[in-house]
Order: sequence, then C-alpha cells, then structure tokens
Amino acid sequence: MQEQGLVVDKKKAKKNITENYRSFLTALPFIGPFLLLIILFYFTPVILTLIMSLTGMDFTLEWKFSGLENYIKLFHDQNVELVIINTIKYVVFTLVINVGFGFLLAIATGYFIKDENVGLLFQTIWMLPRMTPAVIYALLWLWFLDPTEVGMLNILSGKLFVLPPQNWILNHPMGVVIIANGMIGASLGMVVFSAAIKSIPIDYFQAASVDGASDWDIIRHVIIPFLKWPIMFMTIWQTLSLITSYEYILLLTDGGPLNKSEVWSLFSYHKAFSNYEFGYGAAISVVLVIIAIIIALIMLKLFGYEAMMNRGKIKV
Amino acid sequence: MRQQIKVFLPRIFIYLLLIFVSLPIVIAYLWLFSSSISRELTFGVLPRSFTLDNWRFLWSEIKIGTKVFENIWPVTFNSILLAGSITVAEVIISLLAGFALSRMNFFGKDYIMKTAIILHAFPGVALLIALFYVLNFIGLLDKIIGVVMVKVALELPMATWMIKGFFDEFPWDIEWAAYIDGCTRFQAWYRIILPQIKPGIAAVAIFAFLAGWSEFIYSYTFLFSSENYTLAVFLKNLIGDFRFLDYGLLAATGLFYLIPVIVFFLISQKSLMKMTFGGMKG
Repeated sequence: MQEQGLVVDKKKAKKNITENYRSFLTALPFIGPFLLLIILFYFTPVILTLIMSLTGMDFTLEWKFSGLENYIKLFHDQNVELVIINTIKYVVFTLVINVGFGFLLAIATGYFIKDENVGLLFQTIWMLPRMTPAVIYALLWLWFLDPTEVGMLNILSGKLFVLPPQNWILNHPMGVVIIANGMIGASLGMVVFSAAIKSIPIDYFQAASVDGASDWDIIRHVIIPFLKWPIMFMTIWQTLSLITSYEYILLLTDGGPLNKSEVWSLFSYHKAFSNYEFGYGAAISVVLVIIAIIIALIMLKLFGYEAMMNRGKIKV
Repeated sequence: MRQQIKVFLPRIFIYLLLIFVSLPIVIAYLWLFSSSISRELTFGVLPRSFTLDNWRFLWSEIKIGTKVFENIWPVTFNSILLAGSITVAEVIISLLAGFALSRMNFFGKDYIMKTAIILHAFPGVALLIALFYVLNFIGLLDKIIGVVMVKVALELPMATWMIKGFFDEFPWDIEWAAYIDGCTRFQAWYRIILPQIKPGIAAVAIFAFLAGWSEFIYSYTFLFSSENYTLAVFLKNLIGDFRFLDYGLLAATGLFYLIPVIVFFLISQKSLMKMTFGGMKG
C-alpha cells in the first residue's frame, strides 16, 4: 500500500513539474522581457559587485583577484572615518527635515488651510523642486549660494545684516547638502501625510471640536496617532533613499571641499569613476548593498506588500 | 470675540509662515525666468532690461576662450530620443508583465512579485560600477540605447506594479467573452483590455518620460562622446565653465531644458497630486 502511495506521489510530482513548466511557457512571452532586463541589470550587477570587490580591477576592466585586500584597505583608509560621520550627519539631519518639516507642511496645507485650492497651490510650489531635473535644481542652489554679491543669500545677508559676501558652499558644505536634499524630501512627506490626514474620518474632527478641543489638541490626539504608520514608513523609506543616492551632492559640492561633504555612496562613485579603482569602489558598494538589503527586508516585514506598493510612488 | 481671535490668530500665523518658507522656491524660479531674458537684475530677481542674448545658444555656438560647446539641437534630440525610448520600452514591457502578473497563473509568479517589491525599494545607483561593466561587456557603453536599457530596468518594478493594479480592476467577464469569441491571450490583451486602461497607460508613460527627461547620473557616467550628450550632461558642463561668468546663459539653457516639465506640470497639476498618491490609507 505504502509503495503504491509513493508511486502515485512521484507521478504527481512529475506531472506537477511538467505543468509548472507549461504554465511558465505560456506566460513567457508576457513576462520574458521583464525577466530579461531584471536579470541583466539587477541580479547580474549584484553578483558582479560582490565578485569585483575581491579584485583589484582598474580602468582596463581586467579581473585581478586579490582576495579580501579591498576590505582590508577600506579598514585602514584614513578617509573612512570622516565619510562615515558625514553619512550619519547627512542621513539623520536630512531625515529630520524630510519627515518633520514635511509633517508641518502637511498640517499647514492639509489641516489649517480650509480652502482646498490654496492648500493645493502651496503643495504645488513645494512639488516644483521634485519635478525639476536635478541639474537645474543644482543650478538654482549654486546661484542662491554664489560666493560673490550676485548670489541671493549674499544679497539678503548684505542688505539685512550688512555682512560681506560669504562663500557658503566652501564654509558649510554639509549644511548646504542637507538643506538642498531636505527641501526635496519634505515635499514627499507633505503629500503622503496630507493624503493621510484627508483620509481621517471627518467625525473625529467634529467630535473633538464639540468637546472643545483646540487645534493643538486635535493635532496631538487625533492627527498624530493616525499618522503613526505613514510617518514610520516615510522614515525608513527615506533612510534607504538617502543612504544610497548622491546625485544632488555630486552636483552641488562633489563631496568637497577636502571630502567635507563626501558620503558613503558618493565615496564609492569617486573611487570607481574618478580614481578608476573599480574593485575598491565595488567593495565600498558591497557594504552599501548589504545595508540596503537589510533596510528593504525590515520594510517588507513591517509593512507587507500592499502597503509598500500603495505608498511613495515617486522616488526620492 | 475673544474666542474668534483665538481661532483666527493661529491661522494667520500659519499662512504667514507658509508664505515665508515657500518664498525661496518662488524666488528661485522667478530668477530663472527673469535672468534668462535680462542682462541686469534689480534685487537679484527683477529684470532691468530685456535681451534675447542669453538665448543665443539656440542659433549660434557658445564659446569660452578657444573652447566651443556643442550645438544645442543635436543634444536636445538626444534627450528626446532617450526619454522617448525609455517611455516606449517601459510602457510596453510593463504592460506585458503587468498582464501576466494580474491575469495568469504560472510557476514562479509569486516569487517574481515579491522580488519586484524588494527591487522597488532597492537602489539601482548602488550598482553603478557593475552596470558599467555589464554595458561594456555587451557593447552598449557610450551608447544611448545602453542608458535606455539600464533606466528601464530600474524603473520597471514600480511601473509593472502600477500597471498590474489597472489590470486587476478590469472585469473578468469581458475578457472571458473575448476568449469565447476565439481571441488568443495576446489578442485579448491588445484589442480588448489595452484600450480600456488608457488612463493607466498614460500615467505610466508620463512618469517614464519625466524620469527619462531628467535622467542625469547614468548619462553622465555611461556616455562620454560629446555626440551622445543629453541636455542634463550638456547643462552640467556649461555650469562648470560659465558659473561665474554668465548666469543669464545658464538660466536660459536651464529654462529651455525645463519647458517640457513645466508644460506637463501645468496641465496635470491637480490630477498629479491625486494620481500619484491615491489609495493611501493611514
């Protein structure tokens, strides 16, 4: 009897395999191009980055295996300490602006301003930097902070406080990088949070105001509890984006002066594409990739599929 | 009376605060416009005289010393080509994949969907070095098509999920009717369903185009011949040489590059806010 059962199971298993195979073949014309691109430009690069990090590859793109040499070098690199401190500063302070200021903007435009069109007008103004190509956004900042009296900030500080022109980028590179990135991140927080505020049932607000609650009470006891998950989501999501993206830093300060605004991801970029140390750059990336995967898995665990797809559809 | 003041005072304060924090953004874009049409500015943002000289890059070449910059039109054409190809490829591939993920049952589907989510959160820029190697290996380094493929791959997970949502809402009955009438799956996809989900296709296409049009880092890293430059790379080079010489020229070039984005923004401002962030729950 038992043997018979086993034979049936085997047959079933065999049938299952051919069925799986067949179902996959019918779907292949549809899913094929997607899979091809993902494999070519996501999976292969992840594996290649790992292997490359074990080589001394330079601009000749030859595989010169060197074991863990890059990682040992990274451990002894004098710049690493500064870069890590910069990265932490950059991520933490930008996050505070992104989430905190985004929250304030959402409260102001979505709760205090009752006229929907006026609220939308302000939200549109804050969406402008996000829609603007990075190069133009950087140009606007470079003019705003221009070291001569042509720059807006120097005009303002000269007229209001009678101060001589300052070289803002040279003196405060980290501050510039954080504020410039924060202004863009804040708009995402604003839109996500104000949409969440709009989805709070109106009864809550009415009940609160019948009980004589002030605006402050409503914010504290109605809005913030409702926004707990969106706020948490934005914080983790933005952390991931901030750790890995460096476009605006590259355009604004290029990590300078003297590595003062160099962050981890840009460090990897510079090693590869300025010094042509592809292997070393890859090793720096591997650390980043591992951190990114951990954060992505935490997000998935906390928020699950659906929530992740419904939120934050614009990349930061 | 007192009660009213208590309610209104914070509101007025909030308005003033909002205007104050939003002012720098408005000033910055005002500057972009006014300095592109004027030689001199009052208070840094108000035009004093009118000139078209800053727009000279449209009809003559720009020189600095002995260095001559590329003509803007081939560069613009490259940008259109890049953004256009990204749009077409991304829309077609995500329409195909979204259909399979929404409508078909096949081995590995669940796995693919999970992967797509992780990839959506996973940053492509972290892989830039390896992507450089891959493009070089398949012979697409310094070719626009290479950047197109990389960009499409990185945007695909999100686009596919968006499209899948639109397919999910399409009623099964109509699709079944098509099969009974003898349609193949491909025909049902192409003739019956696609015409019905046009708004979704438009949304994905617009996002793909804007992402492609603004794209900087991949073009900057993977394209080095000047005949392959896009507007983003061109402007970046221009900023490097003209930053302390001629902001008028930079502003005009920036504005020229910004025009499609502004046009799109004005048309879809209201629906944009609702479309991108719709379906969010607290």
